[in-house]
Amino acid sequence: MEKRVRFKGLWLPLLLVMPQLLITAVFFFYPAGQAIWQSLFIPDPFGLSMRYVGLGNFEFLLSDPFYRASFVTTAVFSILVTLVSMGVALYLAVLADRLIKGSGTYRTLLIWPYAVAPAVAGVLWLFMFNTRVGVVTWYLGVLGYDWNHVLNQGEAMGLVVVASAWGRISYNFLFFLAGLQAIPRSVIEAAAIDGARFWTRFRTIVFPLLSPTTFFLLVVNIVYAFFETFGVIHTITSGGPQQATTILVYKVYADGFVGQDLGSSAAQSVILLVIVGILTIIQFKYIERRVHY
Amino acid sequence: MATVSLQGLKKSFGKTDVIHDVEIDIADGEFIVIVGPSGCGKSTLLRMVAGLETVSAGEVRIGDRQVNDVEPMDRDIAMVFQNYALYPHMSVFDNMAYGLKIAKVPRSEIEARVAVAAKLLQLEPYLQRRPRELSGGQRQRVAMGRAIVRKPAVFLFDEPLSNLDAKLRVQMRLEIKQLQRDLGVTSLYVTHDQVEAMTLADRMIVMNGGVADQIGAPLEVYANPATAFVAGFIGSPPTNFLDASTFAPGAPQGAQLGIRPEHVVLSGDGTGHRAKVLYAEPLGAESLIYARLESGDNITIRQDGALPTPAEGETVSVAWDKDEEMQFAKDGRRI
Ligand SMILES: Nc1ncnc2c1ncn2[C@@H]1O[C@H](COP(=O)(O)OP(=O)(O)OP(=O)(O)O)[C@@H](O)[C@H]1O
Ligand SMILES: [Mg+2]
Repeated sequence: MEKRVRFKGLWLPLLLVMPQLLITAVFFFYPAGQAIWQSLFIPDPFGLSMRYVGLGNFEFLLSDPFYRASFVTTAVFSILVTLVSMGVALYLAVLADRLIKGSGTYRTLLIWPYAVAPAVAGVLWLFMFNTRVGVVTWYLGVLGYDWNHVLNQGEAMGLVVVASAWGRISYNFLFFLAGLQAIPRSVIEAAAIDGARFWTRFRTIVFPLLSPTTFFLLVVNIVYAFFETFGVIHTITSGGPQQATTILVYKVYADGFVGQDLGSSAAQSVILLVIVGILTIIQFKYIERRVHY
Repeated sequence: MATVSLQGLKKSFGKTDVIHDVEIDIADGEFIVIVGPSGCGKSTLLRMVAGLETVSAGEVRIGDRQVNDVEPMDRDIAMVFQNYALYPHMSVFDNMAYGLKIAKVPRSEIEARVAVAAKLLQLEPYLQRRPRELSGGQRQRVAMGRAIVRKPAVFLFDEPLSNLDAKLRVQMRLEIKQLQRDLGVTSLYVTHDQVEAMTLADRMIVMNGGVADQIGAPLEVYANPATAFVAGFIGSPPTNFLDASTFAPGAPQGAQLGIRPEHVVLSGDGTGHRAKVLYAEPLGAESLIYARLESGDNITIRQDGALPTPAEGETVSVAWDKDEEMQFAKDGRRI
């Protein structure tokens, strides 16, 4: 057990947590309160008066086919981003784990994409896949494939998924690598002596022992896909074509700032707030039982 | 069951040579103990037999097959690790059954074999528990069980008892010996504990800095150490080393004289070499007396506990039988 420091009195501890409390209050509680408040009203188009509608905004949203479609889009998008980024990261981590020399360099190179801001990453991928001047588009054209994510919904989704997953791979890789290296070598060796070849060992020993890491990353990546991919979507597709890539977060922006439907936008924020709350609870529950084998 | 043969076995990690030319032919069912101080290459040697380390030169044969390039899973061996290396996410039953499941042994036979091993190792009440819910001794047994259910040709043990307390260690030592006798499986056992080595081994390999200094039956090694290192390492308290030029005139330049503590006596009649008692340790059945000879060499005397022990600071005379003397050349070799 770690030793805990106990402070006497009330003022010093209060002073020490005050900066964090202030930041949370200003940047979280205040806007969250505002969102909840606004979600109960419909403002007039000039923003001069507000009409109280109770839960009217929510009722309207939940019966709106576009909003429901956005839920499905978000689910597909999040699942794909999570699977791609975690799958690739796990594969790279397994390779790096077997490497003894040079794994440091490997790690450093792999962490770089994480430092690239989502919007910048979006622009990067946008250029590569630009329908007129993109390098990748050109090569695909040479191979006889006509890439056009501006018109093709599937291709648009594919591109934002790849662009969003790419930046996440480094983060997941680091966690997977740390998780792999925490598995005692002798356990792997014992399995090898027991007759298990590489793939059997991975399936029956390594992957189960990695499950706490995997679960943690699953939650973190879903949260990421839900909320932090705005920049990528905004730069690459702006939610299009035909709302094919309008995930919930993007819809908050599109309806609120572009469509100027502030009441609905606020209600959508509140729904997202509830979703992130649930995800956080799941994550905390997991942290309490970190080792579950 | 199989013979094991190591021929001119060498290992280097990069430029450092860790194992130099180890040679031994192990008979079917023989219990071989590899003993030596920390870092002398015992584990490395064992892991080469297991296939967990590559062989730099020489060959490893199990049965009549050369296995240098054979994967660990194809060598028909089982290994017990120092930290047990149990699968933490599996029950005791699944830990023991793991290798059998991979070998696609029928379910009914797996259950039968695990049941036999569990009975033998008194693990029956714990089959559904996870390793973390077991005591150190029980984990150790599970590791043993995992090895024996597979009925391998060779058992490899890497310091399997070093994480247990002294009493449990003695008990498990007996159990391992018993088990190996009953099963008759050729075994290689690594330890740095010379008592374990003496009690378990049919033959032991005394390693010193990657060299097998001596290979032989425990009592033979004890009685006839091939090098000064072996004389010093096997036996407790260790052999006394004295300057041969003083005590054995005519010995070659730089030679050492070795004499075991139990062969040194306090001569009541004043013959022999004069020494000053530094301190005495009465242990009950025997007493150890530490003294300094006039030549400046320290000497340990081991005598029956019933004999009177001299007081600290007292001057005594010590003597030994010339036949018990062992002479070692400058390079440590026995003369
Ligand atoms: N992977 C490795 N790379 C480089 N050197 C190594 C490696 N493994 C072992 N060594 C070196 O080889 C020597 C022998 O190691 P080994 O583990 O066989 O010793 P040991 O006799 O088992 O010691 P102990 O009783 O402490 O377990 C040591 O000096 C060690 O530093
Ligand atoms: Mg070792």
